[in-house]
Amino acid sequence: MTSTQVNGNVPAFLNENPKDRIVVLGVPLPLLERVGLFVLLAAVVVLPMVYDGYDIYEFGKILMYMLAVLGLNLLTGFNGQFSLGHSAFFAVGAYSTAIMMDQLGMPYWTTIIPAAAVCFVAGFLFGLPALRLDGLFLALATFALAIATPQLLKYDGIAHLTGGVQGIVLDTPYPPAWIDSIVMSITGEELSVDRWKYMFTAFVAVIMFAGAWNLVHSRTGRALIAIRDNPLSAKTMGINLAMFKSSAFGVSAMYTGVAGSLFAIMDEYLAPESFTFAEAIKFLVGGVVGGIASLFGAIFGGWFVLEIPNIADLVASSLADYINNPQGLTGLIYGLFLIFTVYVMPMGAAGLVQILVHRISTKR
Amino acid sequence: MDLFIEQTVSGLATGAIYACLALAVVMIYQAIDHFNFAQGEMAMFSTYIAWYLMDDAGLGLPFWVAFVACIVLSFIGGAAIERIVFAPISDAPVLSHIIVFIALFSMFNSLAGFLFDFTPKNFETPFGHTPFIDGVISSHRVGMIAVTLILLGLIYAFFRFTPIGLAMRAAAASPESARLVGVRVGFMLALGWGLAASVGAVAGMLIAPITFLTPDMMLGTLLYGFAGAVVGGLTSPLGAVIGGFMVGILENWMGTFVVGSQLKLTVALVLIIVVLLVKPAGLLGRVVVKRV
Amino acid sequence: MALLEIKGLKAYYGQIEALHGFDLELEEGEITAVLGANGAGKTTTLRAICGMVKAGGAITVEGENVVGMSTESIVAKHKIAHVPEGRGTFVRVSTEENLRLGAFTRRDREIEKDYERVYHYFPRLKERRSQQAGTLSGGEQQMLAVGRALMLRPKIMLLDEPSFGLAPIITEELFDILGQINKEEGVAMLVVEQNANLALAISKNAYLLETGNVAMMGPADQIMNDEQVRKSYLGY
Ligand SMILES: Nc1ncnc2c1ncn2[C@@H]1O[C@H](COP(=O)(O)OP(=O)(O)OP(=O)(O)O)[C@@H](O)[C@H]1O
Ligand SMILES: [Mg+2]
Repeated sequence: MTSTQVNGNVPAFLNENPKDRIVVLGVPLPLLERVGLFVLLAAVVVLPMVYDGYDIYEFGKILMYMLAVLGLNLLTGFNGQFSLGHSAFFAVGAYSTAIMMDQLGMPYWTTIIPAAAVCFVAGFLFGLPALRLDGLFLALATFALAIATPQLLKYDGIAHLTGGVQGIVLDTPYPPAWIDSIVMSITGEELSVDRWKYMFTAFVAVIMFAGAWNLVHSRTGRALIAIRDNPLSAKTMGINLAMFKSSAFGVSAMYTGVAGSLFAIMDEYLAPESFTFAEAIKFLVGGVVGGIASLFGAIFGGWFVLEIPNIADLVASSLADYINNPQGLTGLIYGLFLIFTVYVMPMGAAGLVQILVHRISTKR
Repeated sequence: MDLFIEQTVSGLATGAIYACLALAVVMIYQAIDHFNFAQGEMAMFSTYIAWYLMDDAGLGLPFWVAFVACIVLSFIGGAAIERIVFAPISDAPVLSHIIVFIALFSMFNSLAGFLFDFTPKNFETPFGHTPFIDGVISSHRVGMIAVTLILLGLIYAFFRFTPIGLAMRAAAASPESARLVGVRVGFMLALGWGLAASVGAVAGMLIAPITFLTPDMMLGTLLYGFAGAVVGGLTSPLGAVIGGFMVGILENWMGTFVVGSQLKLTVALVLIIVVLLVKPAGLLGRVVVKRV
Repeated sequence: MALLEIKGLKAYYGQIEALHGFDLELEEGEITAVLGANGAGKTTTLRAICGMVKAGGAITVEGENVVGMSTESIVAKHKIAHVPEGRGTFVRVSTEENLRLGAFTRRDREIEKDYERVYHYFPRLKERRSQQAGTLSGGEQQMLAVGRALMLRPKIMLLDEPSFGLAPIITEELFDILGQINKEEGVAMLVVEQNANLALAISKNAYLLETGNVAMMGPADQIMNDEQVRKSYLGY
């Protein structure tokens, strides 16, 4: 771990320049990224043809976590602001969708955009005071937000909307008739709800991933990175710090919030216990282990946070004679990986890949 | 009026716990300029150790023996965490520290459930739960206040009157100068962590008889501890203690008379943000929040 | 063998080499002045002796090479008291607590007695003994820094611009006291000073540093009379 600091808040590894000029086996990296994007897209399309039931549900969950982690990466990795409280925005998204469906009778698919808007506003507003808080203090404020959220969700005063401790049971998101008939005409089978949930999630996730990709490669993205690396000189370059930073908070909250919406739709149920600090830890784990300053890292991160509990269960069941409380393993493994990442591969999995790619490209 | 007095006095008792955690947080903050987000989980884990030491299913030791043993073990554990986990990354950026603190949080929280299971446990109190002054305060709460005050007094005396305490303050405030007079700064940091862990352990053992022992018992408590530290001033141990007591009382007042018990944590959240924005130095501290 | 013997001293700030390998000696009980322009490497030399910068070469104190040792051990073992550039006051504790910290590594019972010794040299500190040290005036803090160094009962004192920020009359007084301490207690001193006249006046030997090397060395009076030195450093 190097001790060179950029501005005291941001690890040096975040300062690594975009790898625009790197060429791998004759292909420039941005192009490679584009190819990667399409490979990913292909995988996303092919998966529901192969899998069904719980398997495809899990793939949907991975994409959902990817979005949530992406929100955190945009904020921390690309803009240098910390949040330990993204479980709160996850909750805002989920509850927005749930309340629109439950109270207003809106179809599930119409709730995504309004929920995204609500989350953007919530994030933007939280980002305003956050502007005046230096890194560590922002971490504290968001930590407090995460701890307070579940209790707030149970509050009797809003229980008629949120369902209080009980939470809300939602309608099953059936596929639209026309899609069903198309699928029927091609495959001769009815489209299962699980598959449809996945397809819907994937549709939203891919659009938003592409949006994030465009964002960080745009002028705005460069401004965000400039703010992260050197806020003072960014200011003198004429970048409106306040506007960019709170907007970044808003966009970040929007990503994580939409993940929350998808969570509510997929599970057809939500309750305050799903939005504890443990959830915020998951996002952090996904972001850090995947590589916080990377978009593709979020995919790995999403997979990682979802897969670790399964692996922990596996370990626990194979050691069933010695282990009584396997639930405890997951957090332990999360923690170990966080520390491992900080000590050994500060740029996360994405950084590891980048280093490998660099090796290949410089070998010739 | 009776209700008011009752709430105030019982707020003082929980405030004592917050004061302990606030003090622990401030000790670490002064030493390394970071917030120990895992302070509460460390305290919780210490409390499980105490439970194991005194429960019949464990070693079955008498309460006060387990109490002291737990403090000693927590001290060693805290110092070891500093040496093993944090010393190697002392120059690393803020984000790395935050991540490692959260990692510890996650690990202690899980490990407690893993080792001792997740069902809430009764935690013994040597003071009993009988009314001390009828309708105002129970004997256990009086015990909480008394033990905390003794502890805080000892810590004050340690820092104020012993050369080691003085050296610890010096090492935290100006490590370079401290080295020049021969103070082993790394050793002092470890001592500070040990002390903070011990103070947290006491807080955990005192609050557990009220909340029951669970892996999540310290979540809210730590938030109030942070609120106390922020209100009192992050650079002032005395301020943190006063802040802790104030937050304890405020929590009860707000909970009983204003917002209801369901928004207590939200009160802490708002308090932290408002104080950081409006009076970042807190009551007794110096300004530390940098404006960006 | 000299009390402090430096051979081929190099020092590094990261990749930058600040000292390029020179020799320097300090004899038991003597005062040696280290002069040089800004950025010549005077502070770096003192810091290297205390193990505060990465150093190469050999720094032998009382026959032991201290390169690579921690600052804490060097101070404790060889009784080297460093009065750093900028005084290094512990601002949040009292004057007397600062003095107590100076004696931190001592285990004898005479610490209390030594407060009086310091107050004997700096009566002003006695008046301010319970005042928070950060609120002392600059001059008082400089006295405190020297006093704190004395509390170690040092064999060697390293003084980095002790006159910095002091009124001329106070500066003279301070150097008188330094001379006195040296005579009465036999403390060897390495004095870095911009006020070359004063430093040379109390020193036996002197070194002139120039961009990380020793440009000239010799008995203090000889250096004082050197044409070149007079022009560049003494200003007459
Ligand atoms: N922390 C540091 N990092 C990098 N370079 C440094 C550092 N400290 C000093 N230097 C460099 O080392 C060289 C010697 O510095 P040093 O402080 O020893 O000079 P000095 O002789 O004490 O000067 P002055 O009279 O101004 O105090 C200078 O070129 C300086 O820029
Ligand atoms: Mg200097």
